[in-house]
Amino acid sequence: MTFPRRLLFAIAVLAVAATSLFMPAAHAQAPAGQAAAASDLAPALAKIAADSFSDTEAALVALSASPNPQAGVIVAALSEGRLLFDPATKAVYVRPKAGGALTDAATGTAVASEPAGLKPVRRNNRVRRAAEAAAGALSLLSPDPARRLEAAGAVFKSRDVTVLQTLNTAINRETVPQVRDALMQAQAAILMTTPGVGEPERLAAVNLIVARGDQEALALLANLPADAPASLKAAAAAGVAKINRSLAIWNVAQNVWYGLSLGSVLLLAAIGLAITFGVMGVINMAHGEMVMLGAYTTYVVQEFIRTSYPGLFGWSLAITLPLAFLFTGVVGIIIERTVIRFLYGRPLETLLATWGISLMLQQAVRTVFGPTNKEVGAPSWMSGAFQVGQLSITYNRLWIIVFSLLVFFALLVVLKRTSLGLYVRAVTQNRRMAAAMGIRTGRIDALTFGLGSGIAGIAGVALSQIDNVSPNLGQGYIIDSFMVVVFGGVGNLWGTLVGALTLGVANKLLEPFAGAVLGKIALLVFIILFIQKRPRGLFALKGRAVES
Amino acid sequence: MSGNPSSLGILDRRGAIFIVLVLAAGVLVPVGNLLVPAGSPFHISDYLVPLLGKYLCYALLAVALDLVWGYCGVLSLGHGAFFALGGYAMGMYLMRQIGPRGVYGNPVLPDFMVFLNYKELPWFWLGFDWFPFAALMVLVAPAILAFAFGWFAFRSRVTGVYLSIITQAMTFALMLAFFRNDMGFGGNNGLTDFKDIVGFPIASGSTRGVLFFLSALALVGGYLLCRALVTSKYGKVLVAVRDAESRTRFLGYRVANYKLLAWVVSAMLAGVAGALYVPQVGIINPGEFAPANSIEMVIWVAVGGRGTLVGAALGALIVNAGKTWFTGALPEAWLFALGALFVVVTLFMPRGVIGLWGDFTARLRKPARGGVPAGKPAE
Repeated sequence: MTFPRRLLFAIAVLAVAATSLFMPAAHAQAPAGQAAAASDLAPALAKIAADSFSDTEAALVALSASPNPQAGVIVAALSEGRLLFDPATKAVYVRPKAGGALTDAATGTAVASEPAGLKPVRRNNRVRRAAEAAAGALSLLSPDPARRLEAAGAVFKSRDVTVLQTLNTAINRETVPQVRDALMQAQAAILMTTPGVGEPERLAAVNLIVARGDQEALALLANLPADAPASLKAAAAAGVAKINRSLAIWNVAQNVWYGLSLGSVLLLAAIGLAITFGVMGVINMAHGEMVMLGAYTTYVVQEFIRTSYPGLFGWSLAITLPLAFLFTGVVGIIIERTVIRFLYGRPLETLLATWGISLMLQQAVRTVFGPTNKEVGAPSWMSGAFQVGQLSITYNRLWIIVFSLLVFFALLVVLKRTSLGLYVRAVTQNRRMAAAMGIRTGRIDALTFGLGSGIAGIAGVALSQIDNVSPNLGQGYIIDSFMVVVFGGVGNLWGTLVGALTLGVANKLLEPFAGAVLGKIALLVFIILFIQKRPRGLFALKGRAVES
Repeated sequence: MSGNPSSLGILDRRGAIFIVLVLAAGVLVPVGNLLVPAGSPFHISDYLVPLLGKYLCYALLAVALDLVWGYCGVLSLGHGAFFALGGYAMGMYLMRQIGPRGVYGNPVLPDFMVFLNYKELPWFWLGFDWFPFAALMVLVAPAILAFAFGWFAFRSRVTGVYLSIITQAMTFALMLAFFRNDMGFGGNNGLTDFKDIVGFPIASGSTRGVLFFLSALALVGGYLLCRALVTSKYGKVLVAVRDAESRTRFLGYRVANYKLLAWVVSAMLAGVAGALYVPQVGIINPGEFAPANSIEMVIWVAVGGRGTLVGAALGALIVNAGKTWFTGALPEAWLFALGALFVVVTLFMPRGVIGLWGDFTARLRKPARGGVPAGKPAE
């Protein structure tokens, strides 16, 4: 019943589109071509003003192919009941959505005084449907490439046969290759599922869809209509197999990426511990709380920026980094000077005392900031994502990987190339000899602990971007961090790097088979067994001591 | 540190007083609850009996932990796992006792299994409707875990902090596992809604009284067992392992075996504590496996005085009574207090309350030769 009408509509769209092809520059030079464009809308507006449903519908068909930006405004206004006309002068006006003065429908300019006796353009269901279709078609022809891309995606999903003609017009006019591909894919999606289309065309369409090669293409190929010709089905089946193969590879790549991302998080969390535990041998159970304090520093700095200097928000993380390093570093030095100093050589007692400190820090933060999650915003350069093939890469994850490596190498440089690093290594290797050489070992202990804590703090700044900032933030990382340090080898920064990335990637590669929780359990069991085999980790420091 | 040498065999004076006190409490508390009328100042409320019973279970757990930490030098941050395994074994028995009285009325499957569309009982639930089997499992399940873990860990000479960290990883992994619904242990809700135990309604006053008495008995039994171990020749070697592991090994002792025995016995005691804990508290869930819980247990031992057994039990009582009071009166302050306790005890009281008490009485005794100190402590 509606099909012939739709066909008519499609033909009309084609006709209008064809005419519109001859004035391609109309939207490119809007101000100059305003008058011409307005006159282009005139017949449609005249029909709208005729106050009949069928005329309005015909006008919508004409509008749907119009390159004039004002056409979209008119269609939207009509479907929302904001389109008015003057029965006397037959002029058509748009009432802006936000209120304010009426605008002239043809030109979009505001009308100085509102004429009396305006009537809204009447709508029935058919007009509404036509308006909807026109809106869709208009976005396919929209001057904005992003909108065209979006519309192409929508058509790919809906596979609405009636937009086929508009789609053809859009493809012929398209200049942006990426959008053109999307439009062609949308066209192919319609063609391959439409029974009336010739077989060679449908086969070509299937090939085009196979070339797209993503999950949506797969769904489309798998759901070919039952009455499709055999050759088409065979091509689709071959395509499904091909896509599945390539998707499997992409899937592994995606998991490796997730794994690297998780590994970088682990690295960030563990790297401070690699100093306090790995280099100094202090079991710092409050390490996670240092990370948490760093995250809260981010929150406080961002709140301050938001209320006082909103313009600096894009810089908030960069501003926070040194502050978080200093703050947590100072907290770490205080802890070292007041508690840990008295417990050197008694690692188990250190473990208990630092656990007590972690409880107090957690409760302190809970008392000051409340137990709920705090909102930490992301600067614009940290949000969003981009595609590499079928790989979706988010900017925040990418930056965290880069950042963790930067921190790692900076730390490496500090330990290997600065005098502080030299002293730290000297005290680690032989405390009494270092003292005899004039190194103030107590001061180095405090500074080293402060360094490790400060690095935990800047890890917290990064982790605030991907985790909930709550008083329990640190608890989630402490066991993982210890696993990384112990697995990689105590006292070896490279071991920490390799350990973190290995565990991260292994975790994510296990997940598809074992599930998130079982994968994690498997890793924990693996590490427990691994420590039995190599109690000093992957990269053990070689020494002559029987036990340390 | 292993208590005063004594000619009384395994019992020194401190131990004797401890046993008398615990047994007296085991009898007097239920009596005070059931026989003394509600108005009397000696009446013990229904709320207090399971609470004190819980403390007794914790005390047994602390004694078990003290055996490995105080005498063997193995700081376990995963004893909560053994405790919870014992608790789950008991919980499974109690679940099966519910029978058709559950919400779904299934005579075989516990409610959560009906809810999760189990068709039949998983194999590891078989036999748990029979009390002796469940009671055996309370001992066997933690023992198997402890043996497997200890076998690997002690043979490959994982010691000190590394051992502590992997015990923590062990309980963490178990916690994650038990949180899963398809493990068949009730997921994060755990096991609860118990109805009765060996035929007696679990919430009734007399059952609670008996459970309390049994907890006291178990504590005394556990204490005597540990005491027997540490005062024997075996115990002397254990202390040698704690103080100089390599030297003991060079003297020809198989250090791993000595450690393994203490470790497995300790795990079994922890399992018993868990099994007595569950019917009195009425629930067991994977939260018991949380690493934080296991670390908290260590502080009980440290507060009381490690390597004294009696001190461990005392510490469990002090810390948990403090926790009950704080979380009721000043919930905000509890973590501050607990955290400060960790720091203060490790810094200033390495020998715990028992150690302080020993110093105090020693100082009193010296002038006591001349004069007579006022209140002679009766402990």
